[in-house]
Amino acid sequence: MGKIFRKPEALSEQQTHYCPGCTHGVIHRLVAEVIDELGISGRTVGIAPVGCAVLAYNYFVFDFQEAAHGRAPAMATGIKRVRPDLMVFTYQGDGDLASIGMGEIIHAANRGEKFTTIFVNNAVYGMTGGQMAPTTMPNQRTTTSPFGRNVAEVGMPIKVAELLAALQTPAYISRQTVIRPKYIVKAKKAIRKAFEYQLEGKCFSIVEVVSTCPTNWGMTPLESVNWAETTLLPYYPLGDIKTPESVNGGTDAK
Amino acid sequence: MSKVLMKGNEAIGEAAIRAGCLNYFAYPITPQSEVAEYLSHRMPEVNGVFLQGESEVAVGYMIFGAAACGARVMTTSSSPGISLMSEAISYIASAQCPAVFVNIMRGGPGLGGILPSQGDYFQATKGGGHGDYRLLVFAPASVQEAVEMVMMAFPLAEKYRNPVMILGDGLIGQMMEPVTFPDHLKTEPVNTDSWATSGMDTRHSKTRNLVKSLYLDPVQLNAHNLKLKAKYDRMKKEDIRFESYNIESDYRVLIVSYGTMSRVCRTAIDNLKAEGFEVAMIRPQTLFPFPELAVRQAASKESCQIVVSIEMNMGQMLEDVERCVQGRKPVEWYGKCGGEVPTPEEIMEVVQSFATSTRKEQN
Repeated sequence: MGKIFRKPEALSEQQTHYCPGCTHGVIHRLVAEVIDELGISGRTVGIAPVGCAVLAYNYFVFDFQEAAHGRAPAMATGIKRVRPDLMVFTYQGDGDLASIGMGEIIHAANRGEKFTTIFVNNAVYGMTGGQMAPTTMPNQRTTTSPFGRNVAEVGMPIKVAELLAALQTPAYISRQTVIRPKYIVKAKKAIRKAFEYQLEGKCFSIVEVVSTCPTNWGMTPLESVNWAETTLLPYYPLGDIKTPESVNGGTDAK
Repeated sequence: MSKVLMKGNEAIGEAAIRAGCLNYFAYPITPQSEVAEYLSHRMPEVNGVFLQGESEVAVGYMIFGAAACGARVMTTSSSPGISLMSEAISYIASAQCPAVFVNIMRGGPGLGGILPSQGDYFQATKGGGHGDYRLLVFAPASVQEAVEMVMMAFPLAEKYRNPVMILGDGLIGQMMEPVTFPDHLKTEPVNTDSWATSGMDTRHSKTRNLVKSLYLDPVQLNAHNLKLKAKYDRMKKEDIRFESYNIESDYRVLIVSYGTMSRVCRTAIDNLKAEGFEVAMIRPQTLFPFPELAVRQAASKESCQIVVSIEMNMGQMLEDVERCVQGRKPVEWYGKCGGEVPTPEEIMEVVQSFATSTRKEQN
């Protein structure tokens, strides 16, 4: 009987630095599986963000660049413009993409740059130790919102997928999660679709992945999964938010 | 090719194409926007890439991403825009990617003005962004020289795998002058297989490349900085460029000046010579590496009473001149900023009065 479960070839042997219960590992694996299935690792360039995933390049075995905070979409633009034959993806967290890098992601999406973004939204800054992010939930306590996020002072959490879907340029925009196996299957399908759209040179594609951060949420991994499901998912609904086939932009699925 | 009359900014754009740079990203800013306007129609003609980014911050990283793939890339901007790109320049220098940045300087600080200035000498030669890095910095004094320096910049950026800056002032960008374009660069594209993220298939390699600047281990980071320093030291050995003027005379005053300012100084030197007053000039063509030895030797000449750094700023290169002269002779500064270019008459007067006051002090 052959092996039925193995490490994707696009993943390295490196031992993880991510915390127990963190979903980065699952997302890395899904990206690697898709790259294996499409047979594109020899022409893929990944771009690591600033944040916990800055070391993402340790886990993948294809070409990688390391961006400054928030600037991965500009670097991806540079690569795709001079080497349209390369497959390029950025891997970014919510502080990186939705705060300091908001300008870069909006304009890359609006130009219809033909790369893919994996956007990991865990509602908090991870690497720097749990500060408030643009995606932090109302009343959620963080190290810089010790009394809970006060929306009267700092506004409501940003729904990145919906925000980008408001742009009129065709794009593939999906929101998924990987907190339970039933979601993981769908998330992989979306990531695969995102890469396929790029492969066809069709449009910008982004998959927002609602994730957990047990360490900075101050929860056990199991509590984190439950909190994400009951608190994050109602605010960040799952599904394809926009496909390039949709006529007027905006929500057309789920 | 025969001589053509061309605006500096457009000539810089054309020079890039002739240097084999077919990838250009930029953001509009006065007084250099004509480079982008020119290349927006020239790049498509040569199947090149032209993209107007959403900000100088983003453009800096478009350059980084493209350069990290091994592509020949350039951007152009002016002072405030270069401040915004300086973050990316620091990353690119650390990641050791070749790229060319052109700064057509305007007056600062802050929003400053839009007229010619040399106020970014410190920024270009001493850092600008964070950390220990250097740029190879060229200072053209004419449109012709700007063209030649742009064409030299790409092979040098590749030689050192380091960003090269062309530090021109607004006059160089805006002025029209006759220019003869050299032939297209014949240099073979350098092999980037050992470092560029060009895709493993492209390199027929099973080993991936990683372009990064993060070294969490202090020992590794120190070693990385020593490696960078060795490159900057090599620039000092191999790529200092300067021009000397009237240096054979028994000059009483040595001027150190670059770019547009040096042309005014040259006229002043000619006029003074006609009056029997000898003045010489060292004109650095590279601001980093700086012609340290040339300045020191020229200052040491017995007839030389005083060294004057003349620049369109408040005395920035002055600090390098003082460093090189090492107290052998008095060092003074003269300059203006904000867009006013000192006239030859002004320079003549200043130089003579410096010489007289030095003589009085010595007596």
